[in-house]
Amino acid sequence: MEPLTTVEIITRVIYQFTSVWIALIVLFAVSIAFKRRLGLYGKLFDSPIGMIGFGLVMFWVFTGVFGALDLIVTHDPLAQISGMKNKVPGTPLPSAEDGQYAWYLLGGDNLARDVFSRMVKGAWVVVQIAPLATLFAFMVGITLGLPAGYYGGRLDTFLSFLANLILAFPVILLFYLLVTPEIVATGVPNYMATVLFVFPIVFVGVLLNSRYYTQPTFRTPLLIVVLGVMLWLYLSLISEVGSAVSILPGVLDIFDIPGGILVVFVSVVFVNSPTVFRIVRGLAMDIKTRDYVAAAQTRGEGPWYIMLWEILPNARGPLIVDFCLRIGYTTILLGTLGFFGLGLPPESPDWGSTINEGRKLLSIYLHPALPPAFALLSLVLGLNLLADGLREESLKD
Amino acid sequence: MGLFILRRSGVMILTALCLTFIVFFLTNLFPNLEKLAKTQGNFRMSDEAVISWLTKEGYMQPLPVKYGQWLGVLPGWTLETEDGVTGRCIDGTADAATAADAPRFCGILQGDWGYSTVFKDDVSTIIATRLGLTGKLMFWVLVLMIPSALLVGVLAGMREGSVTDRTLSTFSIITTATPEYVSGVIFIAVFASSAVGLKWFKGTATSAMENANFENFFLPVLTISLYGMGYIARMTRASMTEVMTAQYIRTARLKGVSFPNIVLKHALRNALIAPFTVIMLQFPWLLNGVVIVETLFNYKGFGWTLVQAAGNNDIELLLAVSVVSVIVVLVTQLISDIGYVYLNPRIRIS
Repeated sequence: MEPLTTVEIITRVIYQFTSVWIALIVLFAVSIAFKRRLGLYGKLFDSPIGMIGFGLVMFWVFTGVFGALDLIVTHDPLAQISGMKNKVPGTPLPSAEDGQYAWYLLGGDNLARDVFSRMVKGAWVVVQIAPLATLFAFMVGITLGLPAGYYGGRLDTFLSFLANLILAFPVILLFYLLVTPEIVATGVPNYMATVLFVFPIVFVGVLLNSRYYTQPTFRTPLLIVVLGVMLWLYLSLISEVGSAVSILPGVLDIFDIPGGILVVFVSVVFVNSPTVFRIVRGLAMDIKTRDYVAAAQTRGEGPWYIMLWEILPNARGPLIVDFCLRIGYTTILLGTLGFFGLGLPPESPDWGSTINEGRKLLSIYLHPALPPAFALLSLVLGLNLLADGLREESLKD
Repeated sequence: MGLFILRRSGVMILTALCLTFIVFFLTNLFPNLEKLAKTQGNFRMSDEAVISWLTKEGYMQPLPVKYGQWLGVLPGWTLETEDGVTGRCIDGTADAATAADAPRFCGILQGDWGYSTVFKDDVSTIIATRLGLTGKLMFWVLVLMIPSALLVGVLAGMREGSVTDRTLSTFSIITTATPEYVSGVIFIAVFASSAVGLKWFKGTATSAMENANFENFFLPVLTISLYGMGYIARMTRASMTEVMTAQYIRTARLKGVSFPNIVLKHALRNALIAPFTVIMLQFPWLLNGVVIVETLFNYKGFGWTLVQAAGNNDIELLLAVSVVSVIVVLVTQLISDIGYVYLNPRIRIS
């Protein structure tokens, strides 16, 4: 079979993404049709920058999801096909069997794996970890930052000192110290997970308790159900049979995080939360001087009610914008971890590891390193543009 | 002001102590020590052999004692064997008389940074040479990054919403979205590889360690500067647009001052206060960039040393690296605070 020409490669790549294009068109059509009823999200479709950013981000989200469902990938990202080592984009397989895709669309890497499929699968790694890790970092930052800003004093001094302590660490040194196999063997990341993942439970518990405190008949069952479920999730998240933290028996343990991912997740949350803490603290210090906070204090509302239901909703604008930016930063951090070969297994298709493998042969072969590099670039760019659009639109109110 | 600096220095020392203790704790966990013993001795050591090697080298003492010895507030360990005396402050094995003459304390307070197990050299020498190389890199990064970032920011913020503003803002967003390992790879691919064929620059900076010139040094410098540049430019733009809407700028315009004069004489100084703090706070990020770029371009400076030390659990080198980087981070924070007060008369008077 003949190698593909450039035009053919482009057409075929675009064709592979068909499911993503359909999903994007449906999403945009529905959102634009109902944009007046969708609040801040709908207003995003008034700003071209925001729309471009949102499009880029959703492209990679759909790619990640559909890639995990095997709709886009052409080959197994881990399978090696002999004779395809370092082959240029569009090379046909030497002996394609029936049902096998006959070309390596973006070429083969130095272990004869398909670059295109690996890039698509890499999106799934990012889509799985980055938003969730950022969400956890926000829970930690908000739970600690609100009281620090609201009460001030000793508590503030202590928590700020801790936050600055973590911020003064060079991130890469921290990663090297936390993610090496020797440290993982001692269980330090598992203990850190145990501590860090308590914060979402505390956050939700306090949030609901302060809201429904005056209606005990409603509050008590609600808290029991919600906290019960969260506690179960928490325990099955942190405990893993055979690791340092093994609390739940295997039967009750509904899911296990595959090796390495928990460690990566914990270290990314750990690195991100001090910055969130500082932002939330600053916002809380600013907002607590407002009249509506004074009014709530006069009404006799509890401090946690004021923090979570008066201050937090009014700080949502900057927090949403920072959330988008921070997902981008988390993506960069994940790439950094992969680039230094930390945490994730070496054959993992995530973008950082692929860039790291590809760079070694960069002076001769460009194609293994460039697709993941541009993928990461476009996702982070999309998140930044999205944050910019959101900021512009939220300032218009 | 004096009290402020004094208090900040106190906090700084406390932070440095806490951080080095954390590093000390993590590097001295048993699996790490076991790895160290096996790389230093041989890989087929039995568990007993590992323990005896660690005991002989003083690693089996309690953690606070070891930390005190490294710091230089506790006397260094000594061990008497049949061949003579070994100890923290003694080179190799010495006889009893020489051992008695050796200093009792040898930690960083005495200026003894220890011995690197990877490079087989004194840590202080390694740090000094590597820091010098990275200093050269950082100097050129700052020379390239700060003027161009300020220029981009000021030009973009001068007339908000204009075409220049839109173009330059997009440019700065793109640079902030490109981490060093992405831009570095793209630059090498475009400008240095034989596949594209431009070959304007070299893909490694190893030769730049002795003899830096435009050809072998420009790509690493550009890679680090671009990532930091976008952020500073955006801050400058934000503060410039804020200043340009201020009352005194309007007054100056109404008086008939020309536009270049307004920008240069009235707006610029006030607009540069915020970027100054941001530039100083960029240093921790630059440190990160240095590690990535030095690995990517194989430039054997401070960041490269960090990766080597961390990858091989070279405890004393790793501690020295963290001390240096923590000091860099904290000192720049201090400078940024003091500078902010000096640049902004409103704070100085109150």
